[in-house]
Amino acid sequence: MMILSGDGPRSKALSALLIVIVLVLALAPFLFPGAKPANVAANICISVLLVASYDLLLGYAGIVSFAHVMFFGIGAYGVAIALYGLGASWGALALGVLAAIPVSVVLALAIGLFSLRVQTIFFAMMTLAVAYAFNVLASQLSWLTGGEDGRSFQVPEILRPGFKLFEGDVFGVAISGRVLSYYLVFVVCALLFLVLLRIVNSPFGRVLQAIRENPFRAEALGYRIVFHRTLATCLSAAGATAAGALSALWLHYTGPDTALSFSIQIDVLVIVVIGGMGSMYGAIAGAAVFVLAQNYLQALMGKLSSAAADAGLPLLPGLFHPDRWLLWLGLMFILAVYFVPTGIVGRLRGRG
Amino acid sequence: MTPSLETKDLTIRFGGHVAVDAVSCAFRPGELTAIVGPNGAGKTTYFNLMSGQLRATSGNVFLNGADITGQSAPQRARAGIGRAFQLTNLFPNLSVLENVRLAVQARAGVHYEMTRPWMLRRDLIERANGVLDEVALAPKRDQAAASLSHGDQRKLEVALMMALEPDIFMFDEPTAGMSVDEVPVVLDLIARLKADTTKTILLVEHKMDVVRSLADRIIVLHNGQLVADGEPGAVIALPIVQEAYLGAAPRARTS
Repeated sequence: MMILSGDGPRSKALSALLIVIVLVLALAPFLFPGAKPANVAANICISVLLVASYDLLLGYAGIVSFAHVMFFGIGAYGVAIALYGLGASWGALALGVLAAIPVSVVLALAIGLFSLRVQTIFFAMMTLAVAYAFNVLASQLSWLTGGEDGRSFQVPEILRPGFKLFEGDVFGVAISGRVLSYYLVFVVCALLFLVLLRIVNSPFGRVLQAIRENPFRAEALGYRIVFHRTLATCLSAAGATAAGALSALWLHYTGPDTALSFSIQIDVLVIVVIGGMGSMYGAIAGAAVFVLAQNYLQALMGKLSSAAADAGLPLLPGLFHPDRWLLWLGLMFILAVYFVPTGIVGRLRGRG
Repeated sequence: MTPSLETKDLTIRFGGHVAVDAVSCAFRPGELTAIVGPNGAGKTTYFNLMSGQLRATSGNVFLNGADITGQSAPQRARAGIGRAFQLTNLFPNLSVLENVRLAVQARAGVHYEMTRPWMLRRDLIERANGVLDEVALAPKRDQAAASLSHGDQRKLEVALMMALEPDIFMFDEPTAGMSVDEVPVVLDLIARLKADTTKTILLVEHKMDVVRSLADRIIVLHNGQLVADGEPGAVIALPIVQEAYLGAAPRARTS
């Protein structure tokens, strides 16, 4: 229990769900060989980290930020620029990550100290402005970032698809650089998730919740809430940066669409709400459900649509047309918010 | 004896309205001062100026002789000024124990520790349980603060201040809205604090019998001004106090 920082899932159904998700993710390359499942699994891992770091801010500290994807982008661009410019070495990768994290933290510190003194709504507006400016900057500085095209780059050799750790298979799967990449993503995300879990269950994390509940009273108890909020912003930014770096490493590419798109920010918000705000476990449940829906809903609808067409039903083939999958995803989201406002975690813990 | 808390010409204006008007007053350790006055007299505002929730337009606040006028509420809380609020001001969705534990944690100076779980700080939890025992809330420690009855919320409000172990206790109508059988718990608590002569206690209270039984001294605020200051028997006999408490004064807005 202590590795979970004393904050267990506190519900059998939730525990079971989390165990299944984590086991499947841990064994994904063997259970579901192939490129698409690997992408989905890696995407889930990265989303868990990205969403958990966002929930530290939104669910625990009660601060709304629109700059989370910017910190994600800083991590992705850090790795891309370093590997593109310095060649595919571990040193370049380390440099990229070690440069990106301080950039994010300093930026978060600046935004936090500047705007969290006032009201958190001002902070939200600030992050929106800064994130937008960063977006423009990333596409304008094309000599550095590759502009709209982004940057494709090589990764260190043992992470390349062509690499084989040894001849022969394990359970019928060759241990390629792709499998190793996946496990790098999985392990780093798992470790950082546990770090975040520890932070929210530390005395510091408890003060964050107090500030979310009643900032005025937290101050009257002697807590300097500006510092707490700013520190939470910096930690959250560092988590997002790590997620961005992993994403770039997985994709071998960083561009505005994969690293800075505002739709990533929206996805993060949606996952937090689906999973359950204010619980780190919500990030795991929410990310799994959302990423699976994002990747397989379209195919599922295609099947439904053609089945309906074959059965000669009116209207339904059009309604389930694969192009309308976003409509259904949106509808599911609205229903989820309406009927399960506390998210998957809240529902499974019996507070929904 | 040097005053532990002192205000000099303390004034705050809201637009054209002077809510606290040049109040100079000193409070000493071992003394319980009741602050009385009609609604809207500026009692709570005066408290807010001393504990830092509001900043003075002019004048100064001194803590143990040091000027703290420029300090924020958290700084003053850490310096030993404890405050319980008139309108209950808790962490509504956190448990009763957690509410108090957060105050204990603040007192222990554990603000930024993030490398180990809070549960391992048994000392903080035990101290919080001790405070809950004092205010007779221990059986309700696992309930959310918002689910408590009004009287219990008032007790928890006081418990948060107790947990801070301040040198200066500022009670703002601690028994307001409490049922008759709940009042003694809080009054006993204040009486016990009074026995410790190193503590300075300030009490805003409307119930004259409470004031009479606890106060060593009464000051009267009226329209933001300090109009009387002295020992209870003499002050209560003053016409202005009689007027305010025997119903002759028009009811102004709440303080």
